[in-house]
Amino acid sequence: MEWLRFNDTLHIDLGILLDPLSVMMLTVVGVVALMVVVFSIGYMKGERGFGRYFGLLGLFVFSMLGLVVATNIFQMYIFWELVGASSYLLIGFYYTRPAAVKASQKAFIVTRFADLGFLIGILILSSYTGTFDFAALTADNAAIAVGPQANWAMALIFMGAAGKSAMFPLHIWLPDAMEGPTPVSALIHAATMVVAGVYLIARMFPVFQFAAPDVLVLITYVGAFTALFAAVIAITQTDIKRVLAFSTISQIAYMMVALGVADVAASTFHLFTHAFFKALLFLGAGAVIHAVHSNEMSRMGGLRKFMPITHITFLIACLSISGIPPFSGFFSKDEILVAAFHHNPVVFGVLLLVAGLTAFYMFRLYFRIFWGAHHYDRPPHEAPPIMTIPLIVLAVLTCVTGFVVPVHIDWAIASAGVVAAVIGIVVAWRFYAKPSDAPARLAARWAGFGQAASHRFYIDEAWLWVTRRIIFGGISRPVAWFDRHIVDGAMNAIGSGTVRVSETIEPVQGGKVQSYAILFVLSVLLITLLVFVLC
Amino acid sequence: MLTVLVLIPLLTMLALFISRDQRFVRTVVVAGFGALLVASVVVAVKFLVARALSTDAMLLAQDFVWYAPLNIHYAVGVDGISVLMILLSAVVALTGVFSAWSMERDFFVWYCLLAVGVFGYFISLDLFTMFLFYEVALIPMFLLIGVWGTGKKEYAAMKLTLMLMGGSALLLTGILGIYFTSGATSMNITHLVGTIPMAHQYWIFPLVFVGFGVLGALFPFHTWSPDGHAAAPTSVSMLHAGVLMKLGGYGCFRVAISLMPAAAHELSWIFLILTGISVVYGAYGAVVQTDLKYINAYSSVSHCGLVLFAILMLNTTAMTGAVMQMLSHGLMTALFFSLIGVFYSRTHTRDIRQMGGLMRVMPFASVCYVIAGFASLGLPGLSGFVAEMTIFVGSWEHTDLLRRILTIVATTSIVVTAVYILRTVGKILYGPVLDPGHLELSDARWYERVSAVVLIACIVLIGVWPSGVGHIISESLKNLNIF
Repeated sequence: MEWLRFNDTLHIDLGILLDPLSVMMLTVVGVVALMVVVFSIGYMKGERGFGRYFGLLGLFVFSMLGLVVATNIFQMYIFWELVGASSYLLIGFYYTRPAAVKASQKAFIVTRFADLGFLIGILILSSYTGTFDFAALTADNAAIAVGPQANWAMALIFMGAAGKSAMFPLHIWLPDAMEGPTPVSALIHAATMVVAGVYLIARMFPVFQFAAPDVLVLITYVGAFTALFAAVIAITQTDIKRVLAFSTISQIAYMMVALGVADVAASTFHLFTHAFFKALLFLGAGAVIHAVHSNEMSRMGGLRKFMPITHITFLIACLSISGIPPFSGFFSKDEILVAAFHHNPVVFGVLLLVAGLTAFYMFRLYFRIFWGAHHYDRPPHEAPPIMTIPLIVLAVLTCVTGFVVPVHIDWAIASAGVVAAVIGIVVAWRFYAKPSDAPARLAARWAGFGQAASHRFYIDEAWLWVTRRIIFGGISRPVAWFDRHIVDGAMNAIGSGTVRVSETIEPVQGGKVQSYAILFVLSVLLITLLVFVLC
Repeated sequence: MLTVLVLIPLLTMLALFISRDQRFVRTVVVAGFGALLVASVVVAVKFLVARALSTDAMLLAQDFVWYAPLNIHYAVGVDGISVLMILLSAVVALTGVFSAWSMERDFFVWYCLLAVGVFGYFISLDLFTMFLFYEVALIPMFLLIGVWGTGKKEYAAMKLTLMLMGGSALLLTGILGIYFTSGATSMNITHLVGTIPMAHQYWIFPLVFVGFGVLGALFPFHTWSPDGHAAAPTSVSMLHAGVLMKLGGYGCFRVAISLMPAAAHELSWIFLILTGISVVYGAYGAVVQTDLKYINAYSSVSHCGLVLFAILMLNTTAMTGAVMQMLSHGLMTALFFSLIGVFYSRTHTRDIRQMGGLMRVMPFASVCYVIAGFASLGLPGLSGFVAEMTIFVGSWEHTDLLRRILTIVATTSIVVTAVYILRTVGKILYGPVLDPGHLELSDARWYERVSAVVLIACIVLIGVWPSGVGHIISESLKNLNIF
């Protein structure tokens, strides 16, 4: 359906594209959204703005589905912006809390900045292919020439994807986005919206492959770096939602690497499995937060006795994300490791390290929440059925989704991955399951690095410096000053100059008949003289 | 037929002299501007019917000789673009009435005169009458701001009027230039197309473009806008930013570009740079302002800069986008000013540092403000998005380096716009309620709600169904045959 025609060749259509990729994504969005909505009925009970919450969730799901079924890149851009806006509104749901407001602004502006790249990429791409349509763009004989233009276009489109999917250095908005209600984090900032970047690149993959292979290399390295970077930060965070946020960044980076090494199937498979276990982790975290009224790990501990269902489902998700068979994460992670191994040993090494780190920080989280000493004024209680049923459903999905795609498992690589994970789990167990001074000693030895990591390597500060000093202090303030004093000053000077000139010549028309007469006579003489001289 | 659009506000104005009674005044102006909106819709429908039957550039045309020795006629006619401008003006004028609910009779007298000028301007085909109506629209502004304004109102009114008069002086010179160099036989725009010798186009084009550009907030002649908007009463700001600034863009297109396309081609680069500056300069300027109206005024400099920018791209796509942007900006900025009026009338401040948490106190007005903000930062589904995208795609059709670079510069404004919109929304609407006195404030009254709802409906209509207006505009542009 044609929605808006720009010129003879370019027009935005609104349509529905169903292919294996979009159907997979629709399943993810549909299932996770349903679980989140059910969970939210319990979680948000009694909150101010209950109706507004579900209205905004509806807006988000509408936009996300529109994005998934887009038939052309401009339709995707339209819904891309809409999911950004609904994400903004949901992060800022608790709008009376300044932190939530700041976080929502940050999320919107950072992704907007990335979308600027996306938009320019679309403009470049469409101006020389003459189409927005995915089918035409990705056709085998697509009229796309390899060249700097294609590289620019695809690199800018990747910038859009990197913004939405929180790749370094555009990842800064995602951890702060955790200020939103926890079910929202589960839906938007773990399972669906943040993987839109992966989806976009998977959708456009043939174009990347034919026209801009260099950009794929860029994607690989950005992905590998982000995976490691985020995993290191995740180890040092103490807010459980922040840990999960960095974990999400790291796992999406995994998917990006898979795209970079040209294995779309592995990437989308991981997207699929990740959506369920990460949604489960977030909802589980939501149940925990609901019970203890805090996000901080230090306020938790020993919860396995109080919240058995949450405990078991959370454990399943942790095992899955760590890549322990037979949970779903094992299969999809193995696929990616295999693809990376055949492509680039360095990247493979990084991913293997990240797999170990992932297991470590997830089980650090797990042990600190559910094991160890506990001290509560009032014993926390298990969540009501309306919240635990979604957890159980997602846990079941986490157990079975690994088997939906028949995969060939390369046991050599798989065992390397599992060993890395087991090492991570054992270390976490040694450190956190029982009281131990090992973490403290380690922290003391690596004090500088640990400090930097827990401050997220000061990337936020760097961006803050850019916005504060450069945008506000360096451009906007001088512009405002220039406008008021130079431009407007010039206009005022013209005005006052005119007044002064009139004041100077005012005596000429002072109303004295005598002076008029003198002036008259003098003028006549002068003109006569001039006429004589000139003629 | 078209003359009705001028007669209705004129008769409304005359009717106002009957009584000063508030109820009477309100009834008369609502009836008058309601009738004007109905008449505008009727004109639009008639136009669409006539469009199907004819390929003339200007339809529903009428022509009376007014002053034969100088070939001055009262000639009216419309194409798709002027019809849309008329609809925009009628909507904004009517909602402006609701936002000026408590104003006295004399205010509305000038308000009606302003409307006479605006509607006369948009239907005129004769350069002289067009100029006449242009001046009729500008003069009441002086009184509306100077008498009923706030703050530095005398200074602002004087500055605004003098700067716009300066523009008019250039314009008058330009119009006389057009008249005499084209052979001094007609002032009718449709007859003048293609009659101006190339050599003269070079000096006339800049005069006319800058002359109209002053009203379209062309950098560096935009400084009347922040002071003027800040001092003007709510409904005057609405009408001024919503409609009057469109007079500038419309004039640039209707007179400067369509009569002197060759000079426009040659000289467009200079003005493209100036308007490109306007777009980002206005946006950055808005980022650090603390007065709500200043923010909106700088935002208008940015958005109207984009209108002129797109017009200068001289192709159908970008120019379609320019007209859409005029509609979008007109509706959106009127909505902004009406809501700022709602906030101001209750909090008695426009300083964003003194407000906070208004969402909790005034949910209706706040939600409307967020919607206006989204329209301004170009959220899909609202009018700003389709206009901006059409402009960017149109600008990108040029392959030369200068226009590409300028287009990229202009697109960066979408990020800066997001910064200042979200900053404002975050400061005044979100967060805890700063001033305990604000807890007692009431939400928007029914007449203020009417104003907001009508404007939002129009914004959504264009945003969701852009091909409706887009088609009308691009058809009209094709009939003009200037590219």
